[in-house]
Amino acid sequence: MTEIQARDFQHRQSAHCESGVVSSLVSHYGLPMSEPMAFGLAAALAFAYIPMIKMAGMPLISYRMWPGAIVRAMHKRLGIGMSRQTFGSQAAGVDALDAQLDRGRVVGLQTCIYWLPYVPDQFRFHFNGHNLIVYGRDGDDYLVSDPLFETTTRCPRDAMTKARFAKGALQAKGLMYYPTAVPSEIDLASIIPAAIRANYKYMMQPLMPMIGIKGIRYVGKRIVELGKRKDRDSYLPLYLTHIVRMQEEIGSGGAGFRFLYASFLQEAARVTGDDRLSRASKELTDAGDEWRRFALRATKMVRGRESMNLQALSDQLNHVADREAKVWQGLKAI
Amino acid sequence: MEKDAVPQDASPTYGGLRKLLYAVDDQGQYTGVQSSGWEVESFSTELAVSEINRRRDDAWRRARAGTASPLEYHMYRNRMDFDTLATVSRIWRWRVRRHFRPQVYAMLSDKLLARYAEALQMSVTELKALPDQPGLQSREGDST
Repeated sequence: MTEIQARDFQHRQSAHCESGVVSSLVSHYGLPMSEPMAFGLAAALAFAYIPMIKMAGMPLISYRMWPGAIVRAMHKRLGIGMSRQTFGSQAAGVDALDAQLDRGRVVGLQTCIYWLPYVPDQFRFHFNGHNLIVYGRDGDDYLVSDPLFETTTRCPRDAMTKARFAKGALQAKGLMYYPTAVPSEIDLASIIPAAIRANYKYMMQPLMPMIGIKGIRYVGKRIVELGKRKDRDSYLPLYLTHIVRMQEEIGSGGAGFRFLYASFLQEAARVTGDDRLSRASKELTDAGDEWRRFALRATKMVRGRESMNLQALSDQLNHVADREAKVWQGLKAI
Repeated sequence: MEKDAVPQDASPTYGGLRKLLYAVDDQGQYTGVQSSGWEVESFSTELAVSEINRRRDDAWRRARAGTASPLEYHMYRNRMDFDTLATVSRIWRWRVRRHFRPQVYAMLSDKLLARYAEALQMSVTELKALPDQPGLQSREGDST
């Protein structure tokens, strides 16, 4: 079989799948962009505690916007033409993907990470929001650039189709996307402040409770309440490590995307020359370090290396919230 | 986080993968740094995996003893929980719960079983059966 692959495609490892895919795609199609810049311009930093939605029996905790938000922001905020297609049937999805690849196009896909055979077993959970790039094919094998990995890999068509059409929460329905019109230059100096203002609103003036800075404090209160449960000895270890996993595990770049966003703020400060942004970057780095200390302490307690002290964990989350509030107060007038 | 403080704990949960984190260098500039793992994180992952394996093994024992249907076992083996299976198969939660009873499960039509089979990506024949050991065939072709 002959191999077809897009010319000059460069694989880049990223911290987070969606910002990685989007920045690589946009760069490939003519507008060089770093991963943190894609994340920041999409105003993708968040905190959300959503007990109504369960993941493996635990409440959903998210440190960023919903999957799909970064792809959509490229269109909405940067005016990049984006083709986004979902499919009613698997066959149509496969045909459309193959047709684009045969034209030499590089495309992004949304998939369920559980069904991707090249993913190490311990990373495989039912999560439908995993993004990756396909940049060519070799017969029945797709050439895959998965931003979580150091190098490119391959994936058989059958497995990829399963992953694209897995059902359930956030199901992708085969979603395939690629830029159609990319401006060679954009006015970052005006887009950056607008993106930061949008993110300010998510964190400081959320439309729902348990979101943003208040959400962080709410989780602290919740932890203390859980101490009253009868099954606390079995439930608390799972609950606390669940928070740690959501914070560190799902491709967050460390501390629940806080370091990724701090990196964006630093780059934004260089572009705009605005000192407030570099100060905010440092402060958010401190907040990220506080998140990491929280994770360390919570797991120490779970392992019995420190006595379980729920009030202390709650206090620590309040410290995190104080630090993050300070970051956003400094960005209020941007 | 400083670049030098990025943990390199060679976590088994990474499966040899190195993840990209963002950290600051000695000039205070952010840069991407690869990490071979953080012990705090891998402990949390392992706890979650062992909990789901514990439920899987428990469901397997009950299915073997005839007090649960193989469906519950197959659900955990695919790292799903009750909510996920109900959503993915689009079968009401209370019905899924009922299908965990062996007597009810034995009477299910192949048509209904096919919906579970699709959700769990296995054949109806496999879905009705229970393997000899709970940990075998976590996915086609590999074993955990």
